Amino acid sequence: MWQYVGRRLLLAIPTLLGASIIVFAMVHLAPGDPIAAVMPADASGADIEATKKAYGFDKPLPVQYVVWLGKVVQGDLGRSIATRRAVILDVRDALINSLVLAVSSSVLAFGVGIALGLLAAFRQGKALDKLASGIAVIGVSVPHYWAGIILIIVFSVQLNWLPAMGAASDGGVIEYLRHMVLPTVALALIPLGVITRVVRSAALDILAQEFVLALRAKGLFDRRVFLHVVKNAAPQIFTVLGLQFGFQLGGSVLVEAVFSWPGTGYLLNLAIFQRDIPVLQGVILVLAAFFVLLNLLVDVLQTLVDPRIARH
Amino acid sequence: MTPAPSRTPLLEVRGLRKHFPLRGGLLQRTYAWVRAVDDVSFDVYPAETLGIVGESGCGKSTLARLVLRLVEPDAGTIRFGGEDVRGATRARMKQLRRDMQLVFQDPYASLNPRLTIEDAVAFSLLVHGTPRGAARQRARAMLGRVGLDPRLYGRRYPHELSGGQRQRVNIARALVLDPKLLVLDEPVSALDKSVQAQVLNLLQELKAERALTYVFISHDLNVIEYVSGRVVVMYLGQVVESGTADALADAPKHPYTQALFAAAPTMDPDRRIERPPLAGDPPNAIDPPSGCRFRTRCAFAMPHCAGAPPRLSSVGADHDVACYLYEAHAAVEAVTR
Amino acid sequence: MDSGVSVVTLPRETAVLAGSPMSYWRTVAWRLARDPATVVAGTLLVLIVLSAVLAPWIAPHDPNAGSIRLRLAPVGAPPHVLGTDEQGRDMLSRLLWGGRMTLIAGLTPVVVAFLLGTALGVVAGYAGGLTNMLVMRTMDIFYAFPAVLLAIAISGSLGPGLFNTLISLSIVFVPRVVRVAESATVQVKGLEYVAAARASGAGVTQILRHHLLANILGPILVFSSTQVSLSIILAAGLSFLGLGVTPPAAEWGLMLNTLRQSIYVNAVVPALPGLAIFLTSMAFNLLSDGLRDAMELRG
Repeated sequence: MWQYVGRRLLLAIPTLLGASIIVFAMVHLAPGDPIAAVMPADASGADIEATKKAYGFDKPLPVQYVVWLGKVVQGDLGRSIATRRAVILDVRDALINSLVLAVSSSVLAFGVGIALGLLAAFRQGKALDKLASGIAVIGVSVPHYWAGIILIIVFSVQLNWLPAMGAASDGGVIEYLRHMVLPTVALALIPLGVITRVVRSAALDILAQEFVLALRAKGLFDRRVFLHVVKNAAPQIFTVLGLQFGFQLGGSVLVEAVFSWPGTGYLLNLAIFQRDIPVLQGVILVLAAFFVLLNLLVDVLQTLVDPRIARH
Repeated sequence: MTPAPSRTPLLEVRGLRKHFPLRGGLLQRTYAWVRAVDDVSFDVYPAETLGIVGESGCGKSTLARLVLRLVEPDAGTIRFGGEDVRGATRARMKQLRRDMQLVFQDPYASLNPRLTIEDAVAFSLLVHGTPRGAARQRARAMLGRVGLDPRLYGRRYPHELSGGQRQRVNIARALVLDPKLLVLDEPVSALDKSVQAQVLNLLQELKAERALTYVFISHDLNVIEYVSGRVVVMYLGQVVESGTADALADAPKHPYTQALFAAAPTMDPDRRIERPPLAGDPPNAIDPPSGCRFRTRCAFAMPHCAGAPPRLSSVGADHDVACYLYEAHAAVEAVTR
Repeated sequence: MDSGVSVVTLPRETAVLAGSPMSYWRTVAWRLARDPATVVAGTLLVLIVLSAVLAPWIAPHDPNAGSIRLRLAPVGAPPHVLGTDEQGRDMLSRLLWGGRMTLIAGLTPVVVAFLLGTALGVVAGYAGGLTNMLVMRTMDIFYAFPAVLLAIAISGSLGPGLFNTLISLSIVFVPRVVRVAESATVQVKGLEYVAAARASGAGVTQILRHHLLANILGPILVFSSTQVSLSIILAAGLSFLGLGVTPPAAEWGLMLNTLRQSIYVNAVVPALPGLAIFLTSMAFNLLSDGLRDAMELRG
């Protein structure tokens, strides 16, 4: 099993390197001179020279990549064109805000999704099942950025209950929490739909097992059946939860844009508009690394829970 | 029931070997080899049925695929009608395939679920350039011959057929090319007993009618005894005994063959042999025991069985066995050493 | 943004009704026609697609002509059935025209992914060995990014425009299809009927055509169909961020973006383009659910 974990770790390295190549290539994908892409228009000659040296634009591409990667590994993601701040600092601040949102929306989606999925499975074919399945389809189909706007229209504009924009980081805990509510709900919709579906189908598979059927036929809708279902569906559900949490981090770009939530997505959006390529690169690289490591963690944890997986 | 075989073999297999690598660890390095088929030799004469018997996992199915070159052997030669099969070019191989066909074990996995059975049978002909109309015609005739009315079944899909019917389709697919040699890999083991008998009888009829030569692979000694003239007994990738079906049934030499017969339920009281049935599972073909591979389960194992592996040697007319019990010379040598 | 479960198992054995033999695809069509959710979703989808295709003929007004004086007219205000946008342009006409763009931007990448992904996946799966490793490890790299992030990253560097949207979304969806196609190919390749075809002397092309593709295209098609809804949401999402279709063209995501500032003036009209995206995406989801059930695949 440890061999599997080790193998999985080794496999993550080429994936991360590949991701870094894609991110590096983005500078060259951008139309126009790559120096223009990473420098402000009014940069001084010395600045341009320094950047040229940092990126090594005069050298062949592979060399440029190695130089850049060397800096990245040391935590140097370059400087923002717009703010001149080190990208790593901007990304760090944004990442914390994004994580907060990812965690809160995941907790909401996982809790409600698991409950809905189990309810639907135990009431298969009944009205409650249809309702839960309907909610699930809506969850996976809804454009979450639109859902965010609808939430703003209803709860901010019409009812005036909750704030629509920003994070109010300086307004105290209560204010911060109030700002979190709407983006959290908007971001929870898709994983809520996915998790409801997965939990329902996993639970149905287990309920269809013969001895469970026999127990239920005797009218034993008891804790034993329920615990059996939960225990056996857990590994499958766990995988989906892990993946969904990862998607929450990367998927929040659009929701953050709607709510002007100062997270990585908002930063990314800003960077795109200001054509601030270093920031763009930094955000994407950090998020991709986070995503790869998270997947790795899920895999490893899963192996610890259920060693049979390693044999595949 | 053995037809007096002419002495020119149709199929000659010499020293056939196939080892599959097992990979694992951090870098997926090969850490062990599965010795699926290890130095196997036998002849098949025209118009006979050669039975190959052994427990599951002894390499029978790999052997079938090696003989037809569906899996490339590591070593050894295969001669078909005197021609070196392994040396055949791609074009020549395609022609050779018409003459050597295979019937598979699993009647479910061996038919393409998206083809009607008529098309499944006709496909082999289309591959060899028969025009579509003619191919379909011949496929329908062949289906009729194996007992499936083409008007009733021709346009059906495999999932609409029973296991026995599917196996008939498999036989039709193999025979529609008019092969000389048919390799049957456990053709009836997935079927009910009553259906087994029907399919076996059909195979016997077809063989007589078309002057076919069979290599019949099975783990079921009763089936093998019923169909075969000569029998090869395999254990963990190697031949341990070969001889006529009668000789093997009357006087099995190798302790493994004896154990097989003892384990097989038989109706004939004269053939009951007082031997302990096989104990335990066969050791696996990854790292088989040294020397004689059967020694770990053998009631007669001697110290030198762990040494050099015993060679096949003659113990009667057309009867060979690989066991030190019958290798007097070798045994004496080992004792005096 | 999606379930992340991209494994599609191959069709299970099923006993279909006895009697007249029915081909697989006819059975599937028969089942689809009997599923109410599929019928409703299918009808809705036909209407959406038709109205998009016929937009130049059925749109009551010029989608780009507006008057500031008539801006943000409420729904039902004649002659604008669905009101007007922030520049006084007719919403109904813009929604009809916008559907064209959104559907093109959302469907094309999935079609590209289906074709290219199937080809790559089959080659990787059938060839095995080093080819397989190269193709699949390359695809793994794209899996290092969540879908939304990858699309935004590529579009962000390429710059806005319909063509760049198509490129970035294709890059998102190709690796997904490759994974499904590769695993289906490997699975079918190991089945005995493929060995039987080889034993009968069939060459690689014949085996691929008659035995392999016939059995894997169904599952790949179903998987691809499940991606359409995501692709539409992403395509509109890119435009929403200003990375997709550029103004003044009508596109649902772009319309949602420009109308977003007007929610304090008119709460209903700005919600309409999003509603259109939602209905289209849901129709595709219901349809692919129905297709998956009818083909008896678990996904």
